Amino acid sequence: MPKIAKETLLKIYRNMVRLRFLDDKINELIASGIGITQHSTRGQEATTIAACAALEPADYVMPYHRGWGWAIGKGMDPKILLAELLGKGTGCCAGKGGVHIADWSLRIMGRPGVQAAHIPLAAGVGLSVKLRKTKDVVLCFFGDGASNEGNVHEGMNLASVWKAPVVFICENNLYALFTPNIETTSVRDIADRAQGYGMPGVIVDGNDALAVYEAVRKAIARARSGKGPTLIESKTYRIHGHTAMDRFHLGGYRPKEEVEEWEKKDPLKRLRERLVGMKTASEAELEEIERRAKEEIEEAEKFAKESPYPTREEIFQDVYIA
Amino acid sequence: MASREMTYAEAIREGLREEMRRDERVFLLGEDIKINVWTVTRDLYKEFGERVINTPLSESGFSGAAVGAALTGMRPVVEIMYADFTMYAADSIANQAAKYRYMCGGGEFKVPVVFRVAGSGSANGGGCHHGQSLEATFIHFPGLKVVFPSTPYDAKGLIKTAIREENPVLFYEHKLLYGVKGEVPDGEYLLPLGKAEVKREGKDVTIVTYAWTLHKALRASEQLAREGIEAEVIDLRSLRPMDKECILNSLKKTSKLVTAEEGTKMGGVGAEVAAMVAEEGLQYLDAPVKRIAGAEVIIPSSRYADQMVIPQEADIVKGVKELF
Repeated sequence: MPKIAKETLLKIYRNMVRLRFLDDKINELIASGIGITQHSTRGQEATTIAACAALEPADYVMPYHRGWGWAIGKGMDPKILLAELLGKGTGCCAGKGGVHIADWSLRIMGRPGVQAAHIPLAAGVGLSVKLRKTKDVVLCFFGDGASNEGNVHEGMNLASVWKAPVVFICENNLYALFTPNIETTSVRDIADRAQGYGMPGVIVDGNDALAVYEAVRKAIARARSGKGPTLIESKTYRIHGHTAMDRFHLGGYRPKEEVEEWEKKDPLKRLRERLVGMKTASEAELEEIERRAKEEIEEAEKFAKESPYPTREEIFQDVYIA
Repeated sequence: MASREMTYAEAIREGLREEMRRDERVFLLGEDIKINVWTVTRDLYKEFGERVINTPLSESGFSGAAVGAALTGMRPVVEIMYADFTMYAADSIANQAAKYRYMCGGGEFKVPVVFRVAGSGSANGGGCHHGQSLEATFIHFPGLKVVFPSTPYDAKGLIKTAIREENPVLFYEHKLLYGVKGEVPDGEYLLPLGKAEVKREGKDVTIVTYAWTLHKALRASEQLAREGIEAEVIDLRSLRPMDKECILNSLKKTSKLVTAEEGTKMGGVGAEVAAMVAEEGLQYLDAPVKRIAGAEVIIPSSRYADQMVIPQEADIVKGVKELF
């Protein structure tokens, strides 16, 4: 594996820590009775964060429902994100989008609420990049559940036919809601399906941030050079349930031992050990990153809670451009 | 101003060509649009090259791709070959294009996309998968605009405005209108979205209609005139937003409302017109509202049977006379 710059490694670690704390904070707020929807990303931080670390600022991200890694990874301030989740006017969607996080200035496209609705959109953003003759790429995330939607078939075929600069990343965490994908999905490796679209299919250990970064970096270089899309399947696991409402994820639809086994592969712990092991960073440096991340998320909570709701007038704006 | 006679299909093509010459962000995509069964986009690829894209059969996919392109600086014009196929594209249109601006980014995004719903309406035994009138489906969604021109003049003026519009627009075309000829002025003109037009003046009854049924209503009005009833015929042209003022102003004069459309009655365009009038203009009426609409059956795939379930000129004459 080629050497990754220290700056990049620390950025990945910092963003994974920030995401973990943000995820924990939201779960804490939910437990305290505040109504927020979150599809926890604990255990899956490596994929979205490391993938986004391989992007340039002008590149696009097409998010999906699980977690906020694509937002943190692409540069969104957690306080703006948390304010949005609380429905506040200071949020990135003016308090009207909620989980449908987006930010045009960061090229974070809207997080869809309909599974795989964004796969054709990603192909279209890629087509637009080509027609406008820029060199941007599109990173498009989705889950193993969404992989069975017809839109994935249509969108990937379009992206391939157009040689659109899109990198599709499927986070395969083995379950769609409360259903194991062995009951619903024709292949064990979703990357196998890439063959049907004439694009490379790559499997990566989704709990290994550096492996993800390297795979995505290669696919981005390929896309940017005009060779078209790649499908990367990131093998990973969600430690928590589908949402905070999921009471069945421990010993219900999946064995407790399985969860415990995956907890041992915690991507954050793994990266930390490697950074220390490779002497990329000292304990003290990493502790400082963790301390500051914790502080930042506390500040975000304060900001979000203190922010005002949008006015009634604002709630009725933006349906049409006048 | 000098004008030329041309067909509805030619008028739309001319509008597309002018807008593509004016703005290089405008591009076309859809199934078989280089040769094109409807002739509307035929041969435009010879002038515009890669800006005319034949897509795979993927209505949801290419409609969604158009949304993605519109969000990132392009102005796509999509052709959906038959109105029936909009059901495949419904998520991309109604859940994505319609919602994006409001839901995402606090008004930072815009979706300047036109969905040309080609081959709408019933003809030639096309039946229930190639002959439905589904425009009422999409008037239910805030965020969308819906237009349905009935003449070459309106078609050209409206397609040009739709392309320049910053919001997503569904632009319906009736398959029987493609060959209809009309005068189109030389030089550029634009028609506003949201404006109906009185296509025939009359004092006794208002017929609110659009598209192919408009032509039936105009012929029915000639018949009615011979029998002493002067009908005012309003062509809605735009279904969302709807020109309430034009309808209400007419009713102040005529006091009788008839709606006529090909789509089925329940939840149809006429239902919306009637409900709006009940809320805002009931005082103008001196008779019940009469809705003439497609029958509540599946459109038979039969050249013999299909026109029995679609309102004809005689049905409009009969419907109007029931109010007198």
